[in-house]
Amino acid sequence: MAQQTATIKDIKADETYLKMVWRRFKKHKLAVISLLFILTIALIAILAPIISPYGYDQTNRDNIMSGPSREHILGTDRIGRDMFTRLVWGARISLSVGLVAALVSVTVGTLIGATAGYFGGIIDDILMRFTEMVMSFPVIFLLLTIVTLVERSVFNVMLVIGLTSWTGLARMVRGQFLSLRESDYVEAARALGAKNSRIVIKHMLLNSMAPIIVNATLQVGTAILAESSLSFLGLGITSPPSWGTILNSGRFYMRYAPWITIFPGLLIFGTVLAFNYIGDGLRDALDPYLKR
Amino acid sequence: MKRYLIRRFIQMVIVLIGISIISFLIMHLAPGDPVDIMAERNATPEQKAHIRELYGLNEPLPIQYLNWIGRVVKGDFGTSFVTGRPVLEMILERLPATLILNFWAMIIIYLIAVPVGMISALKQYSWFDHVVTTVAFFGRALPQFWFALMLIYFIGLRFGGVQISGMATWGVNWGVQPFFTVLQDRISYIILPLIVLAFSGMAGIARYMRASMLDVVHQDYIRTARSKGLPEKKVVTGHAFRNALLPIVTLIGFELPILFSGAVIIETIFSWPGIGLLAVNAISQQDYMIVMAFNLLGATMTVIGMFLADILYMVVDPRIKLE
Repeated sequence: MAQQTATIKDIKADETYLKMVWRRFKKHKLAVISLLFILTIALIAILAPIISPYGYDQTNRDNIMSGPSREHILGTDRIGRDMFTRLVWGARISLSVGLVAALVSVTVGTLIGATAGYFGGIIDDILMRFTEMVMSFPVIFLLLTIVTLVERSVFNVMLVIGLTSWTGLARMVRGQFLSLRESDYVEAARALGAKNSRIVIKHMLLNSMAPIIVNATLQVGTAILAESSLSFLGLGITSPPSWGTILNSGRFYMRYAPWITIFPGLLIFGTVLAFNYIGDGLRDALDPYLKR
Repeated sequence: MKRYLIRRFIQMVIVLIGISIISFLIMHLAPGDPVDIMAERNATPEQKAHIRELYGLNEPLPIQYLNWIGRVVKGDFGTSFVTGRPVLEMILERLPATLILNFWAMIIIYLIAVPVGMISALKQYSWFDHVVTTVAFFGRALPQFWFALMLIYFIGLRFGGVQISGMATWGVNWGVQPFFTVLQDRISYIILPLIVLAFSGMAGIARYMRASMLDVVHQDYIRTARSKGLPEKKVVTGHAFRNALLPIVTLIGFELPILFSGAVIIETIFSWPGIGLLAVNAISQQDYMIVMAFNLLGATMTVIGMFLADILYMVVDPRIKLE
């Protein structure tokens, strides 16, 4: 009951749902800063060809592993490529891998979870056992194994990361659907003669949207981390480079050129942290039953 | 409870069978014909056919699977393509190094994370709580390998007493050199990987402990304990702490799989000669027998770990009665 009263206080009569979400999201300062940060990185990624002063594979033999200077504000790598340029292009790869992998993961997870939760019974049993199987493999190593079996392209890496990370969401959506199936308004809709498809989409899926969106946001960060781990172990995307690939290339030259390792790591860290904060902010903003 | 246990056990067996099928199929998809690896370079087609027959590779896929799983159950994971030695032997040889690292990491994690999580919950919204939740939040986003590299750069390369690769100096052995010389040597190697493992494990446990404690302190029996005049210290240690610890105990079931997934990156960076390093090397050498054994063992451990966690939960908390 305490929760209910808190909600009523926080809802304004003439406000759309989206406006309410935005108003509540804005209260979470760190989430707003994170959103600005991600938008900046995204803009840089989109404008990569315009912003970058050099080509991402353009080498300079006279300027190998030089520290940050006026010509190369973030230094150069071991074959004289401009670090700033590479990081700008890396943002493209890392962000798009994160977004597409999260999209794949959320689509698969929602489909499997919704099917299992809506139908229940034997279908639920089969799908959940399958989910447990996928969940059981050591993630990083399963990724490594599959990546060695397929042709290594940006698209395949996205797909493999997405297809190995949907299990948590599937279990959550299933739980949501199982409880929504028994809820009064779904029963009411059924009594009024609503079609199955309408019940699933309008009543069940839309009501599970909040946790799905939060999960999708967190998943982007997780996917970026997964891609960078793959690249770090030498099995990621090489050209154009991702942040993980750049980081890995500086690994053995840390003593002489630490900037090759430090900067991409900071970017990965910052970006993943930002997505986590945005997810946190969205969780608070989307769920009308949460106080705070 | 008995019915639940039986159902849970059957589920586990089904999942284990599924895992073995997935592992087998992945191995089957691996590029290259195993016969080419086993036969000599200039073997004739007849000789190859003979090998194929010898290893049952001309049988239909389901039969091949049954043959393979029959051997796996007996502990025969095949032989490594690269060294020609039994896979199980190679893994068992590397296991102690991984176990040592993880054992100490676990001790440190629980010794620090449990009290930290508890204090954080008892002093909710204090500066201490804010610091703990923020650090835990940062810990989730921190790329493990980058954290390890930064430790190497800022500590390992600057302090002579800290090693960044391997687990012991050659020739420094227990019983040969004085006890403290060997101890110092071992610590100098384990310290950095231990910090990385402990830090990344701590964030989760501390958060979990905090949530569990917060849950408990709002229960009626805590209010009762307070209202009947028990000193706060007794309420916390006697009533709250012991109940909050219950869910944490079950987490031990989840520590088993971490041996496998956590080892991969850390052991690679610090050249720690454990199973993770073995597996990563096997990947780059396309030694699929080891790769599959590692996947299969890792997944099996996870399934058994989750099963144990469930049972443990029922054992430590008699209130839980599952259908």
